[in-house]
Amino acid sequence: MKKISSLFLLVWLIAFSLLYVTKTIESSKGYGGANTLTIYNWGDYIDPALIKKFEKETGLKVIYQTFDSNEAMMTKISQGGTTFDVAVPSEYAISKMKEEGLLLPINHSKIPNLRYIDERFLDLSFDPGNEYSIPYFWGTVGIVYNRALLGGKEITSWNDLWDPAFKNQILLIDGAREIMGMALNSLHYSLNDTNKTHLLQAKQKLDQLTPNVKAIVGDEIKMLLANEEAAIGIVWSGDAAEIMWENERLDYVIPKEGTNLWFDNMVIPKTAKNIEGAHQFINFMLDPKNAAQNAEYVGYSTPNKKALEYLPKEIVEDERFYPSEQLADKLEVYENLGKSMLAYYNELFLQFKMHRK
Amino acid sequence: MRRYAYAIPYWLWIGLFVVAPIILIIYYSFFDIEGHFSLVNYETFFTPVYLRMTVNSFWYAFLITACSLLIAYPTAYLLTKTKHKQLWLLLIILPTWVNLLLKAYAFLGLFGTYGAVNALFEAIGIGTKQLLFTDFSFVFVSVYIFIPFMILPIFNALEKLNPSLIDAARDLGASEWTTFRRVIFPLTLDGVKAGCQAVFIPSLSLFMLTRLIAGNRVITLGTAVEQHFLVTQNWGMGATIAVFLMIAMASIMALTGNKKWGVRQ
Repeated sequence: MKKISSLFLLVWLIAFSLLYVTKTIESSKGYGGANTLTIYNWGDYIDPALIKKFEKETGLKVIYQTFDSNEAMMTKISQGGTTFDVAVPSEYAISKMKEEGLLLPINHSKIPNLRYIDERFLDLSFDPGNEYSIPYFWGTVGIVYNRALLGGKEITSWNDLWDPAFKNQILLIDGAREIMGMALNSLHYSLNDTNKTHLLQAKQKLDQLTPNVKAIVGDEIKMLLANEEAAIGIVWSGDAAEIMWENERLDYVIPKEGTNLWFDNMVIPKTAKNIEGAHQFINFMLDPKNAAQNAEYVGYSTPNKKALEYLPKEIVEDERFYPSEQLADKLEVYENLGKSMLAYYNELFLQFKMHRK
Repeated sequence: MRRYAYAIPYWLWIGLFVVAPIILIIYYSFFDIEGHFSLVNYETFFTPVYLRMTVNSFWYAFLITACSLLIAYPTAYLLTKTKHKQLWLLLIILPTWVNLLLKAYAFLGLFGTYGAVNALFEAIGIGTKQLLFTDFSFVFVSVYIFIPFMILPIFNALEKLNPSLIDAARDLGASEWTTFRRVIFPLTLDGVKAGCQAVFIPSLSLFMLTRLIAGNRVITLGTAVEQHFLVTQNWGMGATIAVFLMIAMASIMALTGNKKWGVRQ
């Protein structure tokens, strides 16, 4: 009995001393207290040098945390255990978070740099008047392909993927909206289509693609494509830029039938404690020079019109990442289709996954 | 009185972390996606899609268990015969200390088109084969992950076996095979059962490997539960599948459980 009690005591002692050590380390670095700003963003989605610059300019300490899906981020924010001051969700997540009252309104008078944002990206259906969100990056969903592995064959459209020559060569991203959207677009339907006949048609078309599909994967897709595990991948444009950076034999194309146009936006979640600092940070990121530096580092497209002047010409004129107006007209933003429609999309996607070669 | 006081943490634990979650899961399974009370999830479960998924899950879980047993029994048997038993045992347990995700990623590298295994195949003249995203690799990696849980109970059962029983069998003229079939195996059956439970039940609800190693070409009930909770946010359907998984697990426990209440001991 005595042995057990002393063992117990020891465990508690160790636990508390560890707690004490982490606290002292944190406070010695200036964390804790009112002068911190917690940012909740996608992994590898900001130039770390900008965080340093922001800390220097404002004297605030930045705590940078990352998530890998909108759903995980929303769950964490709605639980409210951690105080996040700024988060960067995608557009469909914003309309959901708005409905659930997870966002604080943004005071536009504290963000003078908002004037640099291209009007095309303001006042969109998911957040009229940008009451709760400020654009951060935008991009498309498209096809990455390896010219060398495909023997110089060109891919220009979604329908090219159904070519029997690409047997077992395609990697798909594991997202119901993305893949169902691809099938809908290939049939020249809208990727927000809610007509069940159209959706069933799209699912049947996907079933026909099965022989060409090697796997349906998550973030690993970047590594697999860079390692030439498969010749074709359906990915987001920013991921494409990253993969192309690693493997020069890869190319990205926005399919001519049209595709998804998405936005990631800065918001202030209701968990925020440092609301003043959050506004400062958002304004800081909208500064044209900072936005340009960030866009060059991350590889996604910036919505900041003025920032384009600071970016190298070969980036701005690259139609794969800054598509022409003509192609831009065919891009669609995901609308929040409601829970049960989304469930139907997922159900069809699940059935497609179960379809055997 | 004091004895009851000591039991309080135990009952609290069981109540909060075993009973309450099960009740919650059952409760959620009666709500559709809009939050209305209904039996629609149970109806959906009995559609061909989910029934096929159930059969699939059982089939893969069975394959994984059978392969593990086939490898684990001889391994455990040999282990009891070796000199440095504890060291060998430690080596077998060691991989379980490594995070599952890390192991899965390691296999992504090993099994890739330009991975180590294919390099070896190329060198010995078999040629490059597609290993990743196949049924084979899925079963192989799952067996690799679960096999320590099969070896340990069998090893313990073999260790506890009284060697004089084997000597007696041999003295009475039984051949090696007969000794194994009539003496050793029946006496270690409890270990085999425990091992099968420890492998079959978790492999029934395996999910992450189905994406990483099988590239979503293998869809199990576990995958569906993950998707309903995290992506679709259809908690009701996810809970319904979980209810069926619990029923399946309980029946497996009942089937393979020790039926020796009061008989021996």
